[in-house]
Amino acid sequence: MTRTPLRPLARILSARAKGENPDKIEHENLRLRHDAIRDRARGRAEVRLLLLGAVFFVAFSTIGARMGLLAATEPVEPRASAPGAEILAQRADITDRNGRVLATNMLTHALYAHPKDMVDPAGVAQKLAAIFPEMKAPELERRFKDGRSFMWLRKVLSPEQMQSVHDIGDPGLLFGPREMRLYPNGQLAAHVLGGTSFGAEGVHSAEVIGTAGIEKAMDARLRDPARGGDALELSLDLTVQATIEELLDAGMKMMNAKGAAAVLMDVRTGEIISMASLPAFDPNDRPNPVLPKGAEPGDSPLFNRAVQGVYELGSTFKIFAIAQAMDLGLLSPDSMVDAKAPMIWGKFKIKEFENHNYGPLLSVSDVIAKSSNVGTARIALTIGGARQQTFLRALGLFDPSPVELIEAPYAKPIVPKRWPDITTITVSYGHGIAASPLSLATAYATIANGGIAVTPTLLRRTEPMKGIRVMSAQTAHDSVAMLRRVVTEGTASMGEVPGYFVAGKTGTAEKPRASGGYYDDKVINTFAAVFPANDPQYVLTVTLDEPVETSGPKPRRTAGWTAVPVAAEVIRRVAPLLGLRPQVEAPPLDGLTAVNN
Amino acid sequence: MRPVIYVLSFLAVLSLGFWAYREHYQTREALGEVNSLQVEIADLREALNLQRAEWAYLNRPDRLRELSTLNFDRLGLMPLQPGQFGDAGQVAYPAAEEMLAPIDNPVSISGSTEPTGDFP
Repeated sequence: MTRTPLRPLARILSARAKGENPDKIEHENLRLRHDAIRDRARGRAEVRLLLLGAVFFVAFSTIGARMGLLAATEPVEPRASAPGAEILAQRADITDRNGRVLATNMLTHALYAHPKDMVDPAGVAQKLAAIFPEMKAPELERRFKDGRSFMWLRKVLSPEQMQSVHDIGDPGLLFGPREMRLYPNGQLAAHVLGGTSFGAEGVHSAEVIGTAGIEKAMDARLRDPARGGDALELSLDLTVQATIEELLDAGMKMMNAKGAAAVLMDVRTGEIISMASLPAFDPNDRPNPVLPKGAEPGDSPLFNRAVQGVYELGSTFKIFAIAQAMDLGLLSPDSMVDAKAPMIWGKFKIKEFENHNYGPLLSVSDVIAKSSNVGTARIALTIGGARQQTFLRALGLFDPSPVELIEAPYAKPIVPKRWPDITTITVSYGHGIAASPLSLATAYATIANGGIAVTPTLLRRTEPMKGIRVMSAQTAHDSVAMLRRVVTEGTASMGEVPGYFVAGKTGTAEKPRASGGYYDDKVINTFAAVFPANDPQYVLTVTLDEPVETSGPKPRRTAGWTAVPVAAEVIRRVAPLLGLRPQVEAPPLDGLTAVNN
Repeated sequence: MRPVIYVLSFLAVLSLGFWAYREHYQTREALGEVNSLQVEIADLREALNLQRAEWAYLNRPDRLRELSTLNFDRLGLMPLQPGQFGDAGQVAYPAAEEMLAPIDNPVSISGSTEPTGDFP
């Protein structure tokens, strides 16, 4: 760039010659130079502003266009990035504690007809009747021809049946997809699972809703689409459940009982490892029996004896009175109580089994071992009715069991409304109060759990439960020790299983007549067992309905002869499955002692 | 200079347009493939579920019990009994393998004797 000098010599000299101030020329030149510099800077700044404006314009118009596009288009899932979308089952599976399937879904088809599209209604009716035994050809034909344009034929089809219907080849027969609930284990744990049926039905899909058991109680959880992928894990153990049902069935037949129930519970977590009720049904094809007039509700196979069967459970209740008396400090296991039979109370006469007399004095431990009604009654009277009620309520014997079955809240224990002294007496040995085998198992689990109340559950729990303390740990320990004596030297001597230190209490209760009073020859036998007694881990209750043992000269109906041997066999078979080692004196090892040379 | 820039930018627009066209159709093809794969996954899941149900059905305890009874002479399976628990000490220690076979072939040793010493 050529730079013009501020004081060009020629002009200075001529100015000087004219007598002008030459500084003016310099100032003029300086001003021109500054103007030029300013113009250049402004031009550059303008370009920059323009560029910036353009960038902002492009950015904002992009955002605006994108917003407009988003607002104007239909929302779609970003398919390109979807990592293989889950195909959600309509209803979550149910598995046992080890993940073995108890209930799952299967895709099948429903059959419906558009009679107006049918080519040969008479022939179709004939052929359908040949495939499905429950359909009658004349009836079908009549319905095909009465002018309707739509009718359901069958809710579910097997693949073979579907193929046969395809082979008919009539355009009026159509299939709709159906998700069907499947219980692969058949009758196993039928009362826990309950069953399902179709709710609202359409051509393209149908709702599957729970009708009983845990399927209905947990219906919302099972149908929750967000959790359709993860199975509902129950606390049941399939192997143990199968073993218990097998043994209970054999025991029920051997003891000529008309029904049986068993509950096996983990005392620390309250998890129900197994719950069985016989006779059972197949939840895949839930029956709908009509009971004859005068039949008990328990005669229906749908009846869950373990939960709905509210029975007077007899002497199994005695341990509650005695545990409470020990907890209150009224007596110790070695105290002597008056057990002179019969005991007269007002106009009532309290007798022992077969009119025995264990008196005049009996130790508390022997009251349990010999199952003395009079001894228990005396102890209950020292406790008093009000405290007895509080204690039984704390054990959960006054309220329906909180277990996750739809039947549970309706199976309320039968508790006397008034509580005079005679009620205190009869309740102490389990008469006049009725509870379900599950409630009994829960109460025994509380004793076995060191006196901390247990809440039963059918869902798998991973941590031990937190409950309130009902009795001191020492009382609970002494109570279990007394129950152990029932097996070693008392009424449940057949309950001994080598290595498992079974403790328990028998109960024989006569069944109440509908017309009042009790039957002489119809009893409910119960054995509530805790094992192993030195470190209680499980509680098992076995209940037999109207059993009779006929191997002796006289029919025997006491629990010691019926429920106890069944329970012992159950423990012998199930305890190894639960991973319990029998605690036996190990045979001496090979005689390698300290060797010295 | 300027015409060269025009030509170059025109070519660039042309090639970018061609590239965008190809990308567009490749993306649509890929999305179509994803769709068909998802349908296939759904079918496979359904089949898997069916097989799981079938597995549970074939392994139901009743059936296994019957099978083990039928095949008792071959398998000899019995229900688990308390007596089957053992102690690690009861397990027989595996018999030590014979380190050397018994020496039953005669061995003759010969050597030269030192004039003064004994046979080694």
